[in-house]
Amino acid sequence: MNLETKNKINDDLLRPVLHTSPWFYVIVLVLGGIIVAGLGSWMYQMSHGLVVAGIKWPVYWAFYITNFVFWIGISHAGTLISAILRLVNATWRRPVTRCAEVITVFALMIGALFPIIHLGRPWLAFYLMPYPSERGIWPNFRSPLVWDFFAISTYLTGSTLFLFLPTIPDFALMRDRTTGLRQRIYGMLSLGWQGTTKQWHRLESAMQIMAIAIVPVAVSVHTIVSFDFSMSPVPMWHSTVFGPYFVAGAIFSGIAALIVAMAVLRKVLHLEEYLHPVHFHNLGKLLLTMSLLWAYFTFVERLTVWYGNAPAEMAVFWETQTGSYAPLFWTMVFCNFVIPLPLLGIRRLRTITGTVVASSLIVVGMWLERFLIIVPSLAMKNLPYSWGFYRPQPVEIMITIATFAAMAFLYVLFSKFVPIISIWELKVGAHPRRVLTPQEEEEAQELWRVRP
Amino acid sequence: MSHRWGMAVDLDRCTGCEACVTACRAENNVPTVGPEQAARGRAINWIRVERYYEGEFPDVRVKFRPVLCQQCDAAPCEPVCPTYASHHTEEGLNAQVYNRCIGTRYCANACPYNVRFFDFANPVWDKPLHLQLNPDVSVREVGVMEKCTFCVQRINEGKTRAKAEGREVRDGEIKPACAQACPTTAIVFGDLNDPESEVSRLSHSPRGSKLLEDLGTKPKITYLR
Repeated sequence: MNLETKNKINDDLLRPVLHTSPWFYVIVLVLGGIIVAGLGSWMYQMSHGLVVAGIKWPVYWAFYITNFVFWIGISHAGTLISAILRLVNATWRRPVTRCAEVITVFALMIGALFPIIHLGRPWLAFYLMPYPSERGIWPNFRSPLVWDFFAISTYLTGSTLFLFLPTIPDFALMRDRTTGLRQRIYGMLSLGWQGTTKQWHRLESAMQIMAIAIVPVAVSVHTIVSFDFSMSPVPMWHSTVFGPYFVAGAIFSGIAALIVAMAVLRKVLHLEEYLHPVHFHNLGKLLLTMSLLWAYFTFVERLTVWYGNAPAEMAVFWETQTGSYAPLFWTMVFCNFVIPLPLLGIRRLRTITGTVVASSLIVVGMWLERFLIIVPSLAMKNLPYSWGFYRPQPVEIMITIATFAAMAFLYVLFSKFVPIISIWELKVGAHPRRVLTPQEEEEAQELWRVRP
Repeated sequence: MSHRWGMAVDLDRCTGCEACVTACRAENNVPTVGPEQAARGRAINWIRVERYYEGEFPDVRVKFRPVLCQQCDAAPCEPVCPTYASHHTEEGLNAQVYNRCIGTRYCANACPYNVRFFDFANPVWDKPLHLQLNPDVSVREVGVMEKCTFCVQRINEGKTRAKAEGREVRDGEIKPACAQACPTTAIVFGDLNDPESEVSRLSHSPRGSKLLEDLGTKPKITYLR
């Protein structure tokens, strides 16, 4: 790679950090406004009690826990995908990894808020921690919620490190490109990086260790989230398939979120020369695999319940399949499987537009999936006398919308302060594909097509 | 001798009059939430009388079943509580420690009987109803779970009285509010560790069964059909 290319990479990828367009302020203000509205709703809920939410006897978990599982699921995008791509040494990963790792950290932060938002007494959330109490009271280690606490805090620590480590050389680059306060902050973040051979070696081994360590952590996190449900004797919750089903669903929704984020970045920050159709093409193939896996798990779960024919489970089963939740259920099947299958399965359709459409649908479908796992079962437990029906209330809807805004907000801010594509990694490896003119692009596509 | 408190409910005797529901509400300071909130599923009933209808009109038979906390020996609500707010006492009661409860509502989800209730708001009693609050029972604040305690305040009172008089607790001496109010004595409460007690006798009746027995929760309430 010659000096010219390296300078071009620097210029292109530092541009969003060093130059600010007026649109940035508009977006930050709009998103910030939505977040403030969400915080206001939460304050309102805290001062009035959960009476303002839609949860009721017997549906004590609904939107908030749906959001919790959904966002923890989204967080599997990043670290897991990025770690696996690093471990198998897929060179096309280079422009993708940081976008993915950032999703993980922010989605985890947002997801971890929901167990607190949904508490009856959120100001006592610290009871979940094994803090040194003068009365020697410990949390109950048998409770899956305590497992959640440990799993999520481990994952958040790990994924933050995993995001931070490969950013160090870029922090150093920015330290050298900025002045004043920004230089001091980037200087601190770069931990005295000089780019010596020794430092490169240490960084490489640290990243290797983290990539290996983060995979089992990520798998265990969503398994433990699934345990919140499968440990209870509730119809259609008490299932052994939930662990892998949740992990597969998490990776599925995570890749979808990553593709949407990449498409937005590509357009807004003009990264067309770095995020190529081939990235969407490859991630689309992964997404297709996960879509098939998701459909398989859903089919297996539903078939065993139906075949087992236990009365309590069948009540929930038919209510989701043909009853009042059927519109949601079949929307989910269409969003997660029926529409993405051709879009991702047929090479001609697996374009940027195709994968983005499929991914957006999958994000919606996976949110519905979490909702459909939680609510119908609680609404129709064993005693028919105590059945109920849940309707969300404005507070719950507002807080849900605000978290999506919060995700976008944090993402926008991050890409403002840190290059969203790893500069040094692009320079180290061969650039995944030579930049093609539209003419050459067309020819390349043609070659793909005629290949026997 | 240690106690193991249990209950037998004779469904044949139950008329569905709901005197138990009213008595429980008065004894245990169970808040009322008003018709609007009740319609939105915020009502709290430590004991409820479930009605099931059999047959087609006009040959309809109504079955009543008072459902309260079954004080399970293998209670699904206990292990899931992250703060030990829901835990097992030495006498086999399924206790709820309001001060430890942070309101995850996980216990209510795990409970197959749906007998655990969440306090959606701080309770209010219109004057002069606030004067009839039972001083032996704590009033629960917003955000915690509450449920039937088998009238633990009455159990403690009975044990203390017996101890002061230097004797064992007599069978039938301790009665929870629901059992006391039942006009047909369908609800019988007592010590399951005492083989001579009426509740022990009824619990071994061939008419007896447990609610959702196959879930393995080992309830301490026996329903007689």
